[in-house]
Amino acid sequence: MSTYFLCLILFSIGLYAIVRKRNIIKIIIGMVICSYAVNLFLVLFGYKMNGRSPLYSPNQQIADMVDPLPQAMALTSIVIGLATIALVVGIAMRIYEKYGTFDITKIKNLKG
Amino acid sequence: MKIVPLFIILPLGAAFLISLYGKKKKRFCDIFSSLITFTLFLISVYTIFSVNTRELPFIYKVGGWIPPLGIPLVIDSLTAFMLLIVSFITFIINLYSVNYMEQFTAKNKFYTLFLLMLAGMNGVLISGDIFNLYVFFELASIASYALVAYGTQAEELEAAFKYMAMGVVGSLFILLGIAFLYSNYSTLNMADMAKTLTTQGVNKAVAFASVLFIVGFGLKAAIVPFHAWLADAHPAAPAPISAMLSGILIKSLGIYSLFRVFYNVLGANHSFLTLFMFLGTISIVTGGLLALGQTDLKRMLAYSSISQIGYVVLGLGLGTPMGIFGGLLHLFNHSAFKSLLFLNAGAVEYATKTRDINKLGGLRKKMPVTFNTSLIATMGISGIPPFNGFFSKLLIIFACIQSKHIGYGLWAIVGSILTISYFMKLQKNVFFGPLPKEHQETNEVPFLMKTSMVILSLVCIFGGLAALPRISKYFVKPAEKVLFEGKEYKNIVFKVVNEK
Repeated sequence: MSTYFLCLILFSIGLYAIVRKRNIIKIIIGMVICSYAVNLFLVLFGYKMNGRSPLYSPNQQIADMVDPLPQAMALTSIVIGLATIALVVGIAMRIYEKYGTFDITKIKNLKG
Repeated sequence: MKIVPLFIILPLGAAFLISLYGKKKKRFCDIFSSLITFTLFLISVYTIFSVNTRELPFIYKVGGWIPPLGIPLVIDSLTAFMLLIVSFITFIINLYSVNYMEQFTAKNKFYTLFLLMLAGMNGVLISGDIFNLYVFFELASIASYALVAYGTQAEELEAAFKYMAMGVVGSLFILLGIAFLYSNYSTLNMADMAKTLTTQGVNKAVAFASVLFIVGFGLKAAIVPFHAWLADAHPAAPAPISAMLSGILIKSLGIYSLFRVFYNVLGANHSFLTLFMFLGTISIVTGGLLALGQTDLKRMLAYSSISQIGYVVLGLGLGTPMGIFGGLLHLFNHSAFKSLLFLNAGAVEYATKTRDINKLGGLRKKMPVTFNTSLIATMGISGIPPFNGFFSKLLIIFACIQSKHIGYGLWAIVGSILTISYFMKLQKNVFFGPLPKEHQETNEVPFLMKTSMVILSLVCIFGGLAALPRISKYFVKPAEKVLFEGKEYKNIVFKVVNEK
């Protein structure tokens, strides 16, 4: 059970970084931490003590097989996270070119 | 049914081919992309007729796996209704972009992202598996983040970053909700999940996941506490993309996913419906009030979108047949007139190079087509009788009164008055009054832009006919039935699955 709480704390740290930090790079690191916490959660509930890999062969008994689906979900989520982070880092670099700063309190052309 | 996967394959394949060959041949992207979107439009017309005459959904089993295990693609009446709207608006916007996007470089990249976004939206609509829905949701979202930043000027990048920061958190919430549901019910198939929920009973994880879904999908639908990204992202994007985001993206990714999950999978719970009605009403009033104070043309339209989406959420949240009918009809109408208004705003910007309504004026003589189509859209959105918005707003207000929610009905009327007031401000400042000196040389926009605006204005004029029983029998009524019957969805899907 304590692992789930640690996972929740990790997610909260990520959310804190996104909401509270001023530096764009730190916000991006917050996004990465958040997505890792969700991936960790996916892996955690798919974990089984002494489980064996979900491969089927005819002369074996099906016992203690782990559920392969959470692992597949975690993999998909990692790939999606990679695409998102690549794009957001690209945008952050262009923002630095335009504004000359990573501080979001100084990047405020838009309001209303 | 063999045509079901075409909705994903065609735009994905076209995006790939355009990114490969589009750089050399300029006209190739325009023609090829228009051809693909037009084909999708024809297929969706065929689909909606065949689904509604058959009265059973079409199901495609990906890889031949039987549904509770494999991923099904399901087209029922609601999906077919949304697909028709998405493909129609996309085709019109594609025609418009042929001329409009000449201002930008790298048109082939624009079309690639445009078609990827379309593939994502179609995927969200036809997926029958909740994790698959999430994957397509992310595909459409990432394409839309990139498209908002497409101009790569300071404001565009800032808006895109703001949109991304919120969008990433929203999608993570959805994934977390899916993880909670899977860990409790060990299924991802939407119909199977609905079935397991009825047999095993609802536990606390479902309530928690519901809240996560409201935040995640509500963020994309721009319901009021989660609306902050929309007002920045819409003005920053190029005009066709603003029309696309406001016209269909917030509906297919936000409204459709939210209500599909709540009505058909989790079951429409009374307390959540009350929450939807409340959020919808708040959106109507807040969006309207914020729109009144804007001077940027597209930012005003963006706040107006928040207000109009509030009507859809209010109508669908009522949960009565009339409310759902009104909400879906307003969804269709809003996609027509709001896309048209954004295209008009794009045309004004194209001709005059400014969006500030205080610097504009007197354009009605110089740009007659833009002026007339925008007037029609304005009358549609404000609910002047023969135009389409009147019927849907009237139905939503009647449904509020019919289900004894008179307070919500009154706020809906207040929202309608707010709508007409800020649109009068817009019309007065942009098209009437004296023509400023610097805009004396303004010309009407090119032919294809005019054509697309005229087609959408025709929809605004005749869209009200969709409320007639004879037409709605093939269009809105079956979609309303899918949502109203809610939990019947699983039985229908399994009936079709077990047929063969």
